[in-house]
Amino acid sequence: MSEHAASLRAPLIMGAKSIGQVTDDVCAPMEGRPTALWWGAFVVSFSVLLAGVAAVSYQIAVGIGTWGVNRTVGWSIAITNFVFWIGIGHAGTLISAILFLLRQRWRTSVNRAAEAMTIFAVICAAIFPLIHMGRPWFAYWVFPLPNTRGSLWVNFKSPLLWDVFAISTYFTISAVFWYVGLLPDLATVRDRIKDGARRKVFAFFSLGWNGSYRTWHHYESVYLLLAALATPLVVSVHSIVSFDFATSLIPGWHTTIFPPYFVAGAIFSGMAMVLTLMIIARKTMRLEDYVTVRHVEIMAKLVLTTGSIVGLAYATEFFIAAYSDNPYEQFVFINRAFGPFAWAYWTMVSCNVIAPQLFWFKRVRTNLAAVFVLSLFVNVGMWFERFVLIVTSLHRDYLPSSWADYTPTVIELVTLAGSFGLFFTCFLLFCRFLPVIAIGEVKAVVAHDRRALGGRG
Amino acid sequence: MSRRIFVGVFEHEADVIEAAGASREHGFEFVDAYTPYAVHGLDRAMGLERSWLPWACLGLGAAGLGFATWLQFWTMTVAWPINVGGRPWNSLPAFVPVMFELTVLCAGVGVVITFVIARRLGPGRTPEIPNIRVTDDRFVLVLDAGASDPRVVRRVFEHCHAVTIEERDVEDRR
Repeated sequence: MSEHAASLRAPLIMGAKSIGQVTDDVCAPMEGRPTALWWGAFVVSFSVLLAGVAAVSYQIAVGIGTWGVNRTVGWSIAITNFVFWIGIGHAGTLISAILFLLRQRWRTSVNRAAEAMTIFAVICAAIFPLIHMGRPWFAYWVFPLPNTRGSLWVNFKSPLLWDVFAISTYFTISAVFWYVGLLPDLATVRDRIKDGARRKVFAFFSLGWNGSYRTWHHYESVYLLLAALATPLVVSVHSIVSFDFATSLIPGWHTTIFPPYFVAGAIFSGMAMVLTLMIIARKTMRLEDYVTVRHVEIMAKLVLTTGSIVGLAYATEFFIAAYSDNPYEQFVFINRAFGPFAWAYWTMVSCNVIAPQLFWFKRVRTNLAAVFVLSLFVNVGMWFERFVLIVTSLHRDYLPSSWADYTPTVIELVTLAGSFGLFFTCFLLFCRFLPVIAIGEVKAVVAHDRRALGGRG
Repeated sequence: MSRRIFVGVFEHEADVIEAAGASREHGFEFVDAYTPYAVHGLDRAMGLERSWLPWACLGLGAAGLGFATWLQFWTMTVAWPINVGGRPWNSLPAFVPVMFELTVLCAGVGVVITFVIARRLGPGRTPEIPNIRVTDDRFVLVLDAGASDPRVVRRVFEHCHAVTIEERDVEDRR
């Protein structure tokens, strides 16, 4: 009995911190000079970002004829990247909203970084439909704005328009949620700085927060409401992204399994990205006491669960194709696994279904190097999932005379690399200038841990 | 007009909760408490009422839903009906995703704006902080001195391990 009680009360934050120490530890990386490692990572990411900017400028100037797409394969890696990045964002909302509603106290160590990741990932995603428009300066035409052509309105019956509303709502709510969570911490940082420009900036953005309990009382309510709104929102976003495919009549896309399959895949890939980022961040920013092996292990279990759901979805698609007795559907799936893109299909299966099964073993889950490597596998696998789904469903359609191959051009690959450059540049700047861990929330957990151990909180 | 307040500074959340409970029993009048994080149980100890913000959120969400329903119905069936693949002009099921998204958008952004206005926060505001360490590791309880006996307040705060107890005159902004 006492052993049970002890394991239930095992502290989430190591090192028996006082709440003042939490402030000092989290603010330390912001107040010192950036390390050589940070500079190295920043220079690499920023260079890749600049290459991406050059590639995007070129394709806007010349046109999207610079892509490898053709009349048969009309959608390719631009939309692959879009779906991939939107998916990455989903883990942030899972951690910040869903786990908050489920009262999972361990989330406090990772939610800030995961929410930042969500925002940056959605920015990366939004770039691709913008480029795909060909004339991005008309991007505002996707909104129902009164105009001089009628007014001619957008078509609300189109899933592509639902996507516009889903993504812009998702970005706005994620950003607001993140900022609301950041508010008390901005005030904490503000009160540590004596004066100067940095203090002015933090004072401006902390909105005059003074720790008033009457404000905290309403704040808790707002936070809960945002979590409750973000939870169905995140499910709706990837469901609507999957409608882009599922409402079409293309074999391989036209299936009802798509919404749950996409949502599980999104959380799977996002969790893997959180693991990749946090394993590096905890080491380089000396946050080992906050993001512990226990946190990594829980997230590895989530990767295993969602990865297995994704594996089940792959199997279900094959089963339904066979069971439906629809020759077009059957052809698509046989072509997917054994056709010209079989290499991509089996890369996806190895990375997404087979590799995460190693997480059944506690020794793998608690070995940070192993978790890091497996998280990279999942990132690669989930990119390939979208690629396989999009390209193999299109490249051999109903008429063999119009079958075509697809190879991405250098421009497309540099654009993909550039989106990673943008993501990591944003994340590194975030690590440098803002508290990476939710100071206020961790303090509540530390006080809770100490009360559980018989202290006065 | 200025008024007199008691400022008690505490080191632990348990102490500030105890002090708030005791102050309430003695019938002292709370000005506010200041804490580095949302201390659970302090709202009950201070006798704060439940926040009214969920009602604002509900209203804003309903407004967003109403707007989305009207916008889609009006643009697609009244303003400029377009035949898309022979579907009916008022294709209500197809309007559901946008109705949902706009409900969430209006409710979420709206409730945050309501909160910021209701709590008199805003970009660049100068915070009124009773003790600089409340955003770090101190808990502060502020009482109105008008109706209470200073000796009783001191005794209650000291009993709850207060680090410092001060009487101050502040500008009354109620």
